[in-house]
Amino acid sequence: MGLSHFSIINAHDDVKVVGVCDSSGYILDVLGKYTGVQTYTDAGKMLESSDVEAAVISTPSKFHAPMVRDCLERGIHVFCEKPFCLDPADSRALAALAQERGLVTQVGYHNRHLSTFREAKRLLENKALGRVTHVLGEAYGPVVLKPKGGTWRSKKNEGGGALYDYAAHPADLMTWYFGRPESVSGTVLGKVLSSETEDEVYTTVKWSNGISGQLSVNWSDESERKMTTRVSIWGTNGKIVVDRQEIRVYLRAADQALSDYPNGWTVRYTTELTGEVDFYVRGEEYSAQLDTWVNRIARQDIQGEADFYQSSVTDELLFAIINSADGALRTLEGADETVRGDTSGEPGFWDRLKQRRRGRGFKVA
Amino acid sequence: MDNLLFGDNQFFGVNHMSEDKARAQAMRFQSTDAIMSVLDDAYDAGVTTFMCTTHDRISDIADRVRQNPDRYDRQSFYPCMPYAHKYSNAMAEAGIFGAIKQFLPDGGFLDAAMRGGRSLATKDIEGIITLLVDSEMKMFSGLDTPVVFLQNVVVDFLLGMGFNDAFRIFADHVSAKYGAEPGFITMNMPRLLDSLDAVGIGNPIVCSNINKLGFRMSGGIESYLDSLENRRFRAIAMSIFASGAIGPYEAIEWVASLPNIESIVFGASSRANIESTVELVRKFWPAR
Repeated sequence: MGLSHFSIINAHDDVKVVGVCDSSGYILDVLGKYTGVQTYTDAGKMLESSDVEAAVISTPSKFHAPMVRDCLERGIHVFCEKPFCLDPADSRALAALAQERGLVTQVGYHNRHLSTFREAKRLLENKALGRVTHVLGEAYGPVVLKPKGGTWRSKKNEGGGALYDYAAHPADLMTWYFGRPESVSGTVLGKVLSSETEDEVYTTVKWSNGISGQLSVNWSDESERKMTTRVSIWGTNGKIVVDRQEIRVYLRAADQALSDYPNGWTVRYTTELTGEVDFYVRGEEYSAQLDTWVNRIARQDIQGEADFYQSSVTDELLFAIINSADGALRTLEGADETVRGDTSGEPGFWDRLKQRRRGRGFKVA
Repeated sequence: MDNLLFGDNQFFGVNHMSEDKARAQAMRFQSTDAIMSVLDDAYDAGVTTFMCTTHDRISDIADRVRQNPDRYDRQSFYPCMPYAHKYSNAMAEAGIFGAIKQFLPDGGFLDAAMRGGRSLATKDIEGIITLLVDSEMKMFSGLDTPVVFLQNVVVDFLLGMGFNDAFRIFADHVSAKYGAEPGFITMNMPRLLDSLDAVGIGNPIVCSNINKLGFRMSGGIESYLDSLENRRFRAIAMSIFASGAIGPYEAIEWVASLPNIESIVFGASSRANIESTVELVRKFWPAR
């Protein structure tokens, strides 16, 4: 999806793309010739060659950790595609490094920028469902429909497979809504058509406050026209079912603070909930997530939706799932380590950053 | 162009508001007969232009129309290419060039162009774009296709990158080879007008969301209204009901009050809805 990131961020009024790096010389040739952007095949050379303030990293997942580290060490803000890091120890270390350097980070969990999923978040924060008892996170779609695949997505050790590609989305919504789970169990990583990687992910998730959850994912489901992500949440006061287009809420007793949700069913659609974006390629959420990150950089706002700290919790959940393929109970690691440290940053850092500012220039890798 | 064009989202499980509605429609229109019966209703109501994606199933529709030239003597098609999911699924599986190769009628062209690691020349890019257009147009052979559209996913992707030359290559090819006018679908209409201007495509046919809610009118409804008022182009309004969020009366009354709109494209699944839309357009656009 690197090219669509390039398209979206290149169209952003506050951003100048100063370089694109890719391993395909053909793509770079075409981009250079027809869009005039400076191109590189070596990310290090790109970062050295001109003033870079921020980078978008959209590579196979196994390269995320070293590339993100390189950028952070050079004082560059980072947007990284999901999943953030395959090893949550890297995720935590990089989150800490970014905070220490006062850099603005974000991971491409675009569902957090969809109006329907945000509305569910708002309702949960207002305790609309009372005490939540259970959450079901689902994702289905037509990715692997034939018994082979030639890209890195079909290679397990490169972060391919339905877990990192598909399950990451509902898993992230679950950690966004309810925080770090305590454990996973009963995991099934099933194969439908792939030989190396899983096409199905089923697991039971538990939180320390008593919430239980289930994840149900299948990317060999041809009945779906495209990826469908849905979260259903049950609580003592009702239920929420939310997907990218609509939110359906059933409340036993309406809450005065949520006057637009009476007793019984309320259905609201994306057409009503979604604000416009400045530039649209393939869904408001893809534009909104990059715009959010750019605006956070402008405000030097190092804490935000799907920043490295938040995303490392999702990485821990995915890591626990992949390491519980035998179905046994597995406790999430790093619970104590991923507590966000002091967020005041180094004194004088912003002053240094301001001196360093040279107008906005973004490099896209 | 007619003032009412018939769209095809409803036939292929596309609904921008509800996944349930989309699924129900996909089930209802599994058979070509079910689609043909609605198309017949549209045709008989005087809506004889079918603006459709190059979805595989459209080739069955095209066959039916070719087989019954008397029944469909006024039927014309506005192909909208490509059907993007076809490409994006292939791209996830085979990478960008693998996907292009799958859809080129002659995969050898790309191999030849890329052989020896030399860079792709301008003529290679033109060759790839025109071959892709030809492969999408094949299903419409022998049918009336006076306007050929580039789909919004591709238009807006190229627009963001600043790859404006591709618009020129597309426009030149569809007019030279198919005698058709080029059309462009976009979610970023004001910005696209600037880019088409930049490559000298004058008075272009541009189809974009135009609805009272401002749904998916990127850059803001005001900038759209300003473009309709002040820019020279042939506007087609789509998503005027915002996928059902705006009632038909209110939606059409509002669109009809705007300047410079040449056509409305709409989708409907029943004879009653087609006829009431035709009625409303007649009422609010009496001059047409």
